[in-house]
Amino acid sequence: MDASTPAIEAKGLCRRFGRAWALAGVDLHIPAGKAVIVAGRNGSGKSTLLRVLAGALRPDRGSLRVFGEEALRDRETLRRQVGLLAHASYTYDSLSALQNLQVAARMLGIPADRKSLLPPLEEVGLAHRADDPIHGYSAGMRRRLAFARLLLQSPSIVLLDEPYAQLDPPGFRFVDRLILRLLGEGRTVLVASHHLEECAKVGDLGVVLEAGRVAWSGDAARLPLEVVDPAQAAREAV
Amino acid sequence: MSAPLRARDRASGPAEARPAAPRGVAATRPRGKPSAGPAAQLLAAFRKDLLLSWRSRAQAMAVVVFGATALLLLSFAVGPDAASLRRFAGGFLWVALLFSSTLALAESFRAEGEQKALEGLLLLAASPVSLFYGKALANWLQLLLVGIGLLPILVVLYDPDLSRMPALAGLLALGSAALSAPGTLYAGMASQVRAQQVLLPLLLFPLVVPVLLAAVKASSLLLLGDPMGQAGAWALLLAAFNGIYWPLCGLLFSTVIEE
Repeated sequence: MDASTPAIEAKGLCRRFGRAWALAGVDLHIPAGKAVIVAGRNGSGKSTLLRVLAGALRPDRGSLRVFGEEALRDRETLRRQVGLLAHASYTYDSLSALQNLQVAARMLGIPADRKSLLPPLEEVGLAHRADDPIHGYSAGMRRRLAFARLLLQSPSIVLLDEPYAQLDPPGFRFVDRLILRLLGEGRTVLVASHHLEECAKVGDLGVVLEAGRVAWSGDAARLPLEVVDPAQAAREAV
Repeated sequence: MSAPLRARDRASGPAEARPAAPRGVAATRPRGKPSAGPAAQLLAAFRKDLLLSWRSRAQAMAVVVFGATALLLLSFAVGPDAASLRRFAGGFLWVALLFSSTLALAESFRAEGEQKALEGLLLLAASPVSLFYGKALANWLQLLLVGIGLLPILVVLYDPDLSRMPALAGLLALGSAALSAPGTLYAGMASQVRAQQVLLPLLLFPLVVPVLLAAVKASSLLLLGDPMGQAGAWALLLAAFNGIYWPLCGLLFSTVIEE
């Protein structure tokens, strides 16, 4: 692979739900090894974009290349490269945290014994509740378990959809550390979030979506707050 | 594309905060996710489905009770005549199992939808074919256990020939397999929509008419006597149904569950 080959190259990605176009022609060029902040108001298409890039949704139109290879025809290959932290935790409520990780580990073909799976649970602060069924977990704990599940996968491209949602302040710091670690390992990270102050600590590039289109792209430090959060922009202006 | 409206100060931005990447990391792509082989994924899916069933065993017990209740109610329809009860025993057993199977099959996809767990497995690059066969085998085992659980009720209510029970259990294995493969496919399809409890029987029952016919005929012959040796031919029809639908449903499953 050429070092200049982009991790993600999307052209004219469109996705419709009923009559509404969630994505209406998204063009993206994401260099490998960078952290990209995907911003935009509710309903702008952030989650749909991430789900399309992860291979969870098939776009109605457009093309997608991952590390230079066509990715829409063979979604299994796409899914081997991309890991998604979505709104849903992708877990089974009646199983314990450890059993949920065991299911994922067996699918991935990595060791699924207790000794191998406790470290990721320790990393997200759930080791002491490893054997409890997760239907008793809080929303934040489920989020942490979803992170532990993502840590097992070690994908080349990591997509984080609202990673700060439902987390407490130590959780925020954990996400920041995780993103920096992933970047240090040479992975590409896309973060869709409304917590732009947090994202600015780790982002290289920024993309703003509006009505399913890229309304702005550039350096993450120059993300146009006015587009994403007018109230916060007004406060900062004062 | 609009121009940047405002630049924010980011003196302590990522370049300063980020640990240095190991030499050469930026120029090479990380390898991507590991992945188990199809057989290992099938086994993982099978274990997962059995574990989920065990965790919701009260629901599984309710399926058996539902089947037993169906057998009881159907016996009322025939009345107290012992010969008539014996004559209809095979048919009623399969009707009860068929009704119970819709509950068990729908339940097998309930947990998959709660937190989009099935989508999560697909995003791990798990093969849809492996996921199908893991779930279909688990459903087969559960339906077989439900069928075997109904046999004592059948004996009490319909007084069939006890010496034919082992052969009937073998037939149950063949017939529940024939319900399980298309049932798993259609339960997966129905789980994508809101009216799944209604949709599943509507889709499944017409398709499994040959299964019901063959299983009822073979069971009745086993229970009432088979002087012409015809039960084997009906069992062969069930085996042929399995031979067609197990591979076909495995191929179609990815189309059904993928967006």
